[in-house]
Amino acid sequence: MNPFHYQRAAAPEEAIRAVSATRGAKFLGGGTNLVDLMKYNVEHPTALVDVNHLGFTQVTVAPDGTTTIGAGVRNSDLANHQLIRTTYPLLSQALLSGASAQLRNMATTGGNLLQRTRCYYFNDTAYTECNKRTPGSGCAALQGFNRIHAILGASESCIATNPSDMSVALAALNATIHVQGVKGQRSIALRDFHLLPGTTPNIETTLKPDELIISVELPPSKFVKHSYYLKVRDRQSYAFALVSVAAGLELDGTTVRSAALALGGVAPKPWRSAEAEQALIDAPATADTFRKAADLAVAGAKPQRYNAFKVELAKTSIVRALTLAAQGVQA
Amino acid sequence: MSTLLPETSSESDLQNKDNQPRGQAPCEVSSDPSCDLDFSRRTFVKAAGILSAGVASGLPRVAAAEKARVAAATAPQTISLSLKINGKQRALTVDTRTTLLDALREYLNLTGSKKGCDHGQCGACTVLIDGRRVNSCLTLAAVAQGAEITTIEGLAHGDQLHPVQEAFLEHDGFQCGYCTPGQICSAVALLEEHRRGDLSQVSFQTGQTTSPQLSDNEIRERMSGNICRCAAYPNIVAAVRAAAQGARS
Repeated sequence: MNPFHYQRAAAPEEAIRAVSATRGAKFLGGGTNLVDLMKYNVEHPTALVDVNHLGFTQVTVAPDGTTTIGAGVRNSDLANHQLIRTTYPLLSQALLSGASAQLRNMATTGGNLLQRTRCYYFNDTAYTECNKRTPGSGCAALQGFNRIHAILGASESCIATNPSDMSVALAALNATIHVQGVKGQRSIALRDFHLLPGTTPNIETTLKPDELIISVELPPSKFVKHSYYLKVRDRQSYAFALVSVAAGLELDGTTVRSAALALGGVAPKPWRSAEAEQALIDAPATADTFRKAADLAVAGAKPQRYNAFKVELAKTSIVRALTLAAQGVQA
Repeated sequence: MSTLLPETSSESDLQNKDNQPRGQAPCEVSSDPSCDLDFSRRTFVKAAGILSAGVASGLPRVAAAEKARVAAATAPQTISLSLKINGKQRALTVDTRTTLLDALREYLNLTGSKKGCDHGQCGACTVLIDGRRVNSCLTLAAVAQGAEITTIEGLAHGDQLHPVQEAFLEHDGFQCGYCTPGQICSAVALLEEHRRGDLSQVSFQTGQTTSPQLSDNEIRERMSGNICRCAAYPNIVAAVRAAAQGARS
């Protein structure tokens, strides 16, 4: 790990100023990903500005049902917040599917949004080829053991997936990210926040280096009664998703009125399929409908040598998640 | 590297951790392919020399200043801390890179917390910060300043063991014992989380989303952040179950 300057910020403006003034400086939240990557020499910030004392730890709800989550709210606290459990159970379930109790106690909402890929070749600097770490160097995963890699949205430059469970649920829930920079605040829809790799996989989000995530906003939920987060992985707990599905349905009797479907573990960003959602809307909530939506969701899949199984796994997982959501398993 | 990489990164990390290059970091900007810097005091001194040479010889000042700036920003950095551990304030000065785990083990003679993977994957380093279980290997010591830290050494009252410690003894919840301090700290926090009604992913799967019973499946899920390579899991589950029953009665 390279040496770095440590500074604890007392106010967001102070933190933003400090990061903006020092090239290579980074904000430090829970540190579960950043400190880990520093130990691997993948990340090497010149300075860490500790943003754990800025007070962004509230979950609030407006009269119209819009919910605002402070960027510093820990994953465990968010998952177990009474408001989130009852109004956005999909988010609670996704959060509790990720990592371990210890890591969820540390990881923040803002930090989770910036979680970096678990691609073996990105995390291991013994491989010089990684366009994320060193733009233009190539991608070791293309010829490597790419079982955990993307089948959707990848490029010749990078086939890494986004590992977050939380972000998949936030994508299905139409979240908006509020950020603050030197020039003031702005808002970014979650679906526009993470970027596809294209030829620049080193640029992962639209966040600028000196912008700080302040909060995440959720519109009133339409999926309180019918949602499910299904995570499929090689062991039952404490592992990253091979495929995950965040499914939300609004039902009128047995007819789907509105639907949200987001996939994790299969793409460089939380993957929403407009085609699949369109196929669900105004259709009967039946296995046939769900299968049609599943086919559409992975229609553009381009598997790698070792991950062709993910296409079928994604389809069956989508059908299962939609079926469980329709049953209202967690109501 | 074998062709079959283990899916759970813990194993690949255990295999690879000794292959990591030390004292080197790839550059942030890749325009210069030979830009690996050996971040050391020596580099700082050298770069400072380049700066003055650059000024004297009329080399582009910006490039020289940038090199000096990078080197200065990566010179050794220390920080003086006061950590409250097991009720006692402890003062220490450490490199900013020091994790809470290393501070405990290397500087404060509290070697109960163990270093397993050092990457937040095994749970052997689990301690309580303000009553919450965390991985001390991913917590910088500097970040822990101002909080109440409880380690395995702080659970007993004199000769009176903590009920969870008693339960692990009673149910033989270990074999080699290396993961045990982390398992016990984790279980202590688990009982408190369950008492206040926290859920797990199993709670959602079983539909028990209000005050779930602490079934064996719930215990396994809630303890999944603590790996036991001896696989003493059946006895660990029994110990946690017994401690939970003791806490209720």
